[in-house]
Amino acid sequence: MNFNDQDMKLLHAITDLDTIPAGAINIRRDGEAVIRVSSPNIKVYPKEDKPGLNVEVKPGTKNETVHVPVLVTKAGFHDKVYNTFIVGEDADVTIIAGCGIHNDSHSDSGHDGIHEIIVKKGARMRYVEKHYGEGKGRGKRLLNPTTVIRVESGAYAELEMIQIEGVDDTFRSTVAHVADKANLKVIERLLTHGEQSAVSEIDAYIEGQDGSAQILSRSVAKDKSSQVFKAGLIGKTECLGHVECDSIIMGNAVIKATPQLVAEDARAVLTHEAAIGKIAGEQLIKLMSLGLTEQQAVDTIIDGFLR
Amino acid sequence: MLRLENVSLAMNHESGENKDILNNINIKFEPGKLYAVTGPNGGGKSSIAKVIMGIYKHTKGNIYFNDEEISQLNVTERAQRGIAYAFQQPPRFKGLRITDILKTAQPNMDSIGLRRHLRDVGLCPEDYLDRDMGPGLSGGEIKRIEIAQVLAREAKISIFDEPEAGVDLWTIQRLMGIIVNKYKQNQDSTAIIITHNERALPLCDEIIVIEDGAVKASGTPTEIWPLIKEEIECKKRLECRGEFGYEF
Repeated sequence: MNFNDQDMKLLHAITDLDTIPAGAINIRRDGEAVIRVSSPNIKVYPKEDKPGLNVEVKPGTKNETVHVPVLVTKAGFHDKVYNTFIVGEDADVTIIAGCGIHNDSHSDSGHDGIHEIIVKKGARMRYVEKHYGEGKGRGKRLLNPTTVIRVESGAYAELEMIQIEGVDDTFRSTVAHVADKANLKVIERLLTHGEQSAVSEIDAYIEGQDGSAQILSRSVAKDKSSQVFKAGLIGKTECLGHVECDSIIMGNAVIKATPQLVAEDARAVLTHEAAIGKIAGEQLIKLMSLGLTEQQAVDTIIDGFLR
Repeated sequence: MLRLENVSLAMNHESGENKDILNNINIKFEPGKLYAVTGPNGGGKSSIAKVIMGIYKHTKGNIYFNDEEISQLNVTERAQRGIAYAFQQPPRFKGLRITDILKTAQPNMDSIGLRRHLRDVGLCPEDYLDRDMGPGLSGGEIKRIEIAQVLAREAKISIFDEPEAGVDLWTIQRLMGIIVNKYKQNQDSTAIIITHNERALPLCDEIIVIEDGAVKASGTPTEIWPLIKEEIECKKRLECRGEFGYEF
């Protein structure tokens, strides 16, 4: 397989990889798998009926990582892919996904990733999905991930979804079903600038007794960008749920945050916090009193906030 | 090292009128000395600190730092020249770790230095280095980290604005001891402690009493103590009765 400097730069931006790692991996570039390797415990194979792949983690697999990043580098190319991840019982794995788009053209490029994730009984899974766009053309860089996750009895799943920069339009949909004694944590970090637009909708259905779900969102909207964040927790039984959305707003940006709690059982305990505000003047002055310029202070605050 | 000459500060009051906060302040801070600035609440002590740091722009007078007139310099430029300020009520930073803020204060600091500065303010490095500077920390913890930042900066002028505020009784004496020892032994730097702590006052080389925006008195602890002793004892009596009156 040939990866040029631009591919490696995108790969690093979304996965922190500088070389191709050992173990299970699938790298998709412009609609085709350029690397696909299974490991003894993690099987990676293509779907037969539509573009995409299946990733199956054997029960009991511990401390393994599978990488499934996507690169879009062809001008005007719009990729659509369906992936299914099945994490076997009592396994403990990390899935590194994400998409990087390089678009120097005046045509739009994009990627729609449609994911189904099943975390079987007693398993633990961390799923990291980082999105990044770059390029000098007027063509937009579009990313629309759709994720449906089922967290089975006693399992734990953590979804970390990050959009760092350069994505012009995104519509992100996440639906989670949490079974008894299962635990779900969704962490979303989002930065928009220029005239970018981002919509994120997350609904977590806590269906099993003593299940729990946490949705934590931190976002920064700069310039004339806009963000819409809707997070719903639906407690169907005795359960715990918490939604927290914190945003920094700058310039002429617009942010709309709507946490929604639905209790369908009197024993459900659901809470939410939401805050939108600019960077406090005293925070800037504090960091400037340590020798940073105002811009360095702003960057330090944003970097920390989105970490 | 630092000279305030005829410094005045006026700020907009809620009523819309300009209110005089500082009037013709003349103070000279010399290298190698430890100064206490004390006086009643609302007298202008913190305003002097903020004027020195450039947070407030004084309306009259001049400020000289190492013979350079610094009135036109902003906060960053003053910090870069060697002025440091520990806020009375430091802000919190969601997502920034204590390590990050200490390294911002002193970019060259290694992990041994980071740990030492946290231990100096009574915080266990293993428990705190990776903690978030957000709402998970108590006011007292944030305050101690603020003081650690200024100690770490090794600045030429270090201003501590009520280091005792919000800190438990056991830690106050420790912090005061560290500040006094550090600056008493250093002939190249100056520390200014804005304080109501009567135990700290005699340890300083000079006490400056600020009241109604002006210097009411200044001198050595021996000279100043008789002037303020009565008010401090009055405060103690009021505190014993659960009342609040004078701050010293």
